[in-house]
Amino acid sequence: MSQSAIAASPARPKGKSSSLGDLIFATIAKSAGVLVLVILSAIIISLFIGGLPAFRAYGPNFLINPDWDPVNQIFGAAVPIYGTLITAVLAIVMAVPLAFGSAFYLTEMAPDWFRRPVGTAIELLAAVPSIIYGMWGFFIVVPIMGDYIQPFLIDNLGDLPMIGALFQGPAFGTGILTSALILAIMILPFIAATMRDVFMTVPPVFKESAYGVGCTTWEVMRSIVLPYTRVSVVGGIMLGLGRALGETMAVTFVIGNTNRISTSLFGPGNTIASIVALEFPESPAGSLKLSALLALGFLLFVISFIVLAISRFMLRTKVKS
Amino acid sequence: MSATISRGQIPGGVRDMKMAEQLSRSRSRKNMIAKTLCMSATAVALAFLAAILGTLFWLGFSGIHWSVFTQVTKPPGSGGGLLNAIVGSLIQTVIGTAIGTPIGLMVGTYLAEYSAGSVLGNAVRFVSDVLLSAPSILIGLFIYEIFVAPFGGFSGFAGCLALAVIVIPIVVRTTEDMLQLIPTALREAAVALGAPKWKAVVFVCYRAALNGIATGILLAIARVAGETAPLLFTSLGNLNWSVNMSEPMSSLPVTIYQYAGSPFDDWVQLAWVGALLITFGVLALNIVARFVLKPRS
Repeated sequence: MSQSAIAASPARPKGKSSSLGDLIFATIAKSAGVLVLVILSAIIISLFIGGLPAFRAYGPNFLINPDWDPVNQIFGAAVPIYGTLITAVLAIVMAVPLAFGSAFYLTEMAPDWFRRPVGTAIELLAAVPSIIYGMWGFFIVVPIMGDYIQPFLIDNLGDLPMIGALFQGPAFGTGILTSALILAIMILPFIAATMRDVFMTVPPVFKESAYGVGCTTWEVMRSIVLPYTRVSVVGGIMLGLGRALGETMAVTFVIGNTNRISTSLFGPGNTIASIVALEFPESPAGSLKLSALLALGFLLFVISFIVLAISRFMLRTKVKS
Repeated sequence: MSATISRGQIPGGVRDMKMAEQLSRSRSRKNMIAKTLCMSATAVALAFLAAILGTLFWLGFSGIHWSVFTQVTKPPGSGGGLLNAIVGSLIQTVIGTAIGTPIGLMVGTYLAEYSAGSVLGNAVRFVSDVLLSAPSILIGLFIYEIFVAPFGGFSGFAGCLALAVIVIPIVVRTTEDMLQLIPTALREAAVALGAPKWKAVVFVCYRAALNGIATGILLAIARVAGETAPLLFTSLGNLNWSVNMSEPMSSLPVTIYQYAGSPFDDWVQLAWVGALLITFGVLALNIVARFVLKPRS
């Protein structure tokens, strides 16, 4: 909108150098913008071309084949895709209540002087590199899970009729549940920060009217803030989901790295990102295995692109304004 | 309920009062429960941060010694430090940021100053936001496919390129946001004085948005300094001293990854030291970006 005002002022004398400068500057800016589009297309195309031999060799079977057998050159994507989705979804289930609670606390309850430090601390949690989460998870969380939490869950929930199967098996400490827990801690600050920002966009007069007729803080949140920000809140959750899908280092340390779909949440597994990181060093250039890894990368890109696109679409309206 | 009260029958009125009291009690109880749960959620989130930082201090601090900064990585059991990893990380972070920042800056400028409402502008904004959250491991695979595989192998420069791709969207986001905050009147004033538009952008808008843009660059540095996954396929890691950009280059995160997963106690100890260094470096950058520069947002 700003440049329309500027463009609509033809009165300025047109020095040759200045209009040339404008042209050069605008062209550089525009080409930089186009470069971003080129990078994204190049990522998609290069991963697809790299994965083409695997797609050709296995066809649609690649998606549903649960085998990963380098000896016989049989590679399927079913287990990593399952692991990627299940860990990300479980992470969301664990992270959303915590993120919502923190965002609610930060916008409606915390005293003013306390908001900034707590908000910053939660943002710092997002800044911790993912390798640190992986290491911390491996050395600290895994023993705790193996010694206390998993045996406790096995004893108390393992015998239940329907969900019992989810909580059975040996308590190694690693596995799907531990990965989801680490992922949940990692994405919590992203979801919390987005929720806090969208809660802030609720016009104060709405909240004041609700308080004015005697609503409690919680009622204001439930009946005013949440309905008003519903779409953006879901967008923030999708953003967290997108992050969780592609996380590599944190998951690789704790998931157990086994190409198997187990019914138990304590069972080991793998994700697309973890199998790519682990198997890549043993995949010589030009091999079918490398192509299968690139094909997995392509699938991960498609999945996260869809999730992130939905998230952007939902967040666009509120956060921008 | 108010209707029954207005009838004014005393027994009913008393009953209604009681009901109202009960209702109000249950509402405030619900409120208390919700508030307590939310406070606990915040406390849990903060406890995670404290637990991570505490662990790093507890296990990393005791291993900090001069040799960490003066010696390169050595085989297990023979001491050694992290010098090559630290230097490699610095080189790749600095060059990656140096490549990515100007591009990101120009994209942000394009979005804020030149693109209003255009289809291309919206597409660039959308794609940049997707790249911002795209899995970083895929950016590593991408650089491997277009640079490492066709041009002769893993190199420090490939690592820089991967980091540059990660830097771009971060700088784009902050640059655009900060330029949007500059009042239009400021631009109009510059143009009214006869400045061409590019001068108005560079000498007026950039200057006014300087703190915000610098914040974005610092956050980008903090983000890429801790990136591991993209470097696995590009600069690979190197256990020897090397500052040659066309050879595999060591980096702190990749060394931590290799050492933390090893069965040797002294390597694991060094991994904790590296983790402590990188985390506090990254958090310090974040705090500087947030408090010292203080963007006006």
